[in-house]
Amino acid sequence: MTTKMNGAKILVESLKKENVGAIFGYPGGQALPLFDALYHSDLKFYLVRHEQAAAHAADGYTRATGKPGVCIATSGPGATNLVTGIATAYMDSIPMVAITGQVKTFMIGNDAFQEADIIGITRPITKHNYLVKDVKDLARTVKEAFHIASTGRPGPVLIDLPSDVQLAEAEFHYPEKINVRGYKPTYCGHPGQIKRAVKMVSESKRPVIYAGGGVILSGAAKELKEFAEKINSPVTMTLLGLGSFPGNHELSLGMLGMHGTGYANHAVQNCDLLIAIGARFDDRVTGKIDEFAPHAKVIHIDIDPSAISKSVSVDVPIVGDVKCVLDEFLKVVHRPHDKEWTEKILEWKQKHPLHYKIDDKLRPQYVIQQICEATNGEAIIATDVGQHQMWTAQWYNFMRPRELLSSGGLGTMGYGFPAGIGAKVGKPGSEVFVISGDGSIQMNIQELATAVVNKIDVKIAILNNSYLGMVRQWQELFYGKRYSHTKLENPDFVKIAEAYGAVGIRISKKEEVRPAIEKAMRTKNTVVMDFIVEPEENVYPMVPAGKRLDDMIGSMA
Amino acid sequence: MRQTISVLVENHPGVLARISGLFSARGFNIDSLAVGETEDPSVSRMTIIAEGDERTLEQIKKQLNKLIDVITITDLTKTKFIDRELILIKVGIHAQNDRTKIIEIAETMKANVADLGLHTITVEAVGETSHIDDLIELLRQFGIKEIVRTGKIAMETESKEKPKTIKEEEE
Repeated sequence: MTTKMNGAKILVESLKKENVGAIFGYPGGQALPLFDALYHSDLKFYLVRHEQAAAHAADGYTRATGKPGVCIATSGPGATNLVTGIATAYMDSIPMVAITGQVKTFMIGNDAFQEADIIGITRPITKHNYLVKDVKDLARTVKEAFHIASTGRPGPVLIDLPSDVQLAEAEFHYPEKINVRGYKPTYCGHPGQIKRAVKMVSESKRPVIYAGGGVILSGAAKELKEFAEKINSPVTMTLLGLGSFPGNHELSLGMLGMHGTGYANHAVQNCDLLIAIGARFDDRVTGKIDEFAPHAKVIHIDIDPSAISKSVSVDVPIVGDVKCVLDEFLKVVHRPHDKEWTEKILEWKQKHPLHYKIDDKLRPQYVIQQICEATNGEAIIATDVGQHQMWTAQWYNFMRPRELLSSGGLGTMGYGFPAGIGAKVGKPGSEVFVISGDGSIQMNIQELATAVVNKIDVKIAILNNSYLGMVRQWQELFYGKRYSHTKLENPDFVKIAEAYGAVGIRISKKEEVRPAIEKAMRTKNTVVMDFIVEPEENVYPMVPAGKRLDDMIGSMA
Repeated sequence: MRQTISVLVENHPGVLARISGLFSARGFNIDSLAVGETEDPSVSRMTIIAEGDERTLEQIKKQLNKLIDVITITDLTKTKFIDRELILIKVGIHAQNDRTKIIEIAETMKANVADLGLHTITVEAVGETSHIDDLIELLRQFGIKEIVRTGKIAMETESKEKPKTIKEEEE
């Protein structure tokens, strides 16, 4: 039994069929029919204060829950404001469906009021996108969009919907199955390649597992742990891989790369087998590419064939879903437990731990350690981009997947707070902390309104050093301390919090840190903690761009 | 190294932009690209000729394969194939016997006269690139006024060494 309804209603009904839990968005002229249909629906809608935040919130919702988030904006400026959020999701392979209003079909291409070619604009930053010109195609398009966004190597998909199509009527029929003939991801790895890899693992003396965000996207944390324990191999993680393997596990090396631990980077440089799992050899990870893991054979498991041998040539490529491939490995893999390598690693870990100066001063690393202790390492942490992001990666002990939300690939300042809002909406029972910088938070600080109005109590910790800290660090190290435009004169964040109806706390002494965090956790409201930290603290260790991974400033030289 | 890739794509508006955008976004030059509908009207075939080292081309093929609108990719370079190109050349008539000379060349080169005017002759030819290039050289002496080329289209020949598509290679 089918009934006739307009495009806007069809879209809403389709979203219900996809069990969409929350929508983040902002209305506008060319999305009016759609918002009218939402008015009559019981879909949970969150009105943000800037479309960019809608995209980041949908992204945060996805990263925290694993379910594709949805954001909606109007045509033209509404749509272009989503772009940064879509690009962020694209770089980190986050499934998301973005819906934009568009001018009427016969106006498209006429430079109509609030028109932008969002299909053209988002072509390089979406996994796929659609302009729906006929209402009859709409239901199938939504089904395809969710399918494409959430399968294979996931990514954002955009649907552009002209306002006359929102009003045109058609029978509503939501397809059970769809067949996209050009889209058939490979899930299980090639048995021959798996066999070769298993042999390589059994013969290796010094293996290292290098786990990336793909492990989390594929839901393979359990399999990774079993695998690492079975072959007794240390595990290092990328920024987006943090949480895929418990940070407190004796085989954990923490993060590798530019701001990775000294022992992770040394392990990679000295290993004879590197098993890359759902990771893509980003330049922030590899340092100088020709001298990355110079003694190692490389096995690379990734669902995206184009990620394999892109920058580092691989000995055994395995195209497939990480979980599926690890399952195959676990059935047959075996490696004699050889203590020499793990003992060497343990020695490095003990001799050269991450460190910072312990004194009376309020240092950012201390704040993060205290947040980790106060939350038992069980909170969802959303970060922005910069020094605070790297300190979070270093000093918060991530134990489980989907608990670190951070813009890895694009490095988007302004991501953290809206992502934290999305995460709290998706996981209302979890404690959500946003760790930000005084620069980053100001890129989407208007979302305090969204949080307060919707009673989304995220706890924001601003590591306030009155600088664009990471840029300042580079200026200090590589530009003769010429701090060109990185000194910030900030507003009073406590007063801003209060003006929006949130709670503001300023912390400038070490002994105030823990009580403030605990007070924030007890408060049933959005809380802004303004930590006035050491202004010229640097993130160490650091591999300068283009240097070898073991050519680090500030660790085990 | 010059490669000939045959790509089957959904016959949708915007697909060409997706493909060409992918090339340009990676700073990769297309020598020629010819598109047309196939025996199935919902599918178009693109013949892409591109220049680059093995590694870059491999990456391009993988990236093309990622596009949802791309159905299959066949790298014809690794197999036996025929390719053809259509050209229209307009040359000037200056001397009295130019006309006869041009028609003679056209006949010898298996080209046709497509348009005959008082001051110009337009010759059309179909063939392999080298054949087309030869024709251009022969006509150059008369003063070439205008050239239009379609770019190559290519098709694999009936052969035991049937090329594998990229998708099959991955399986």
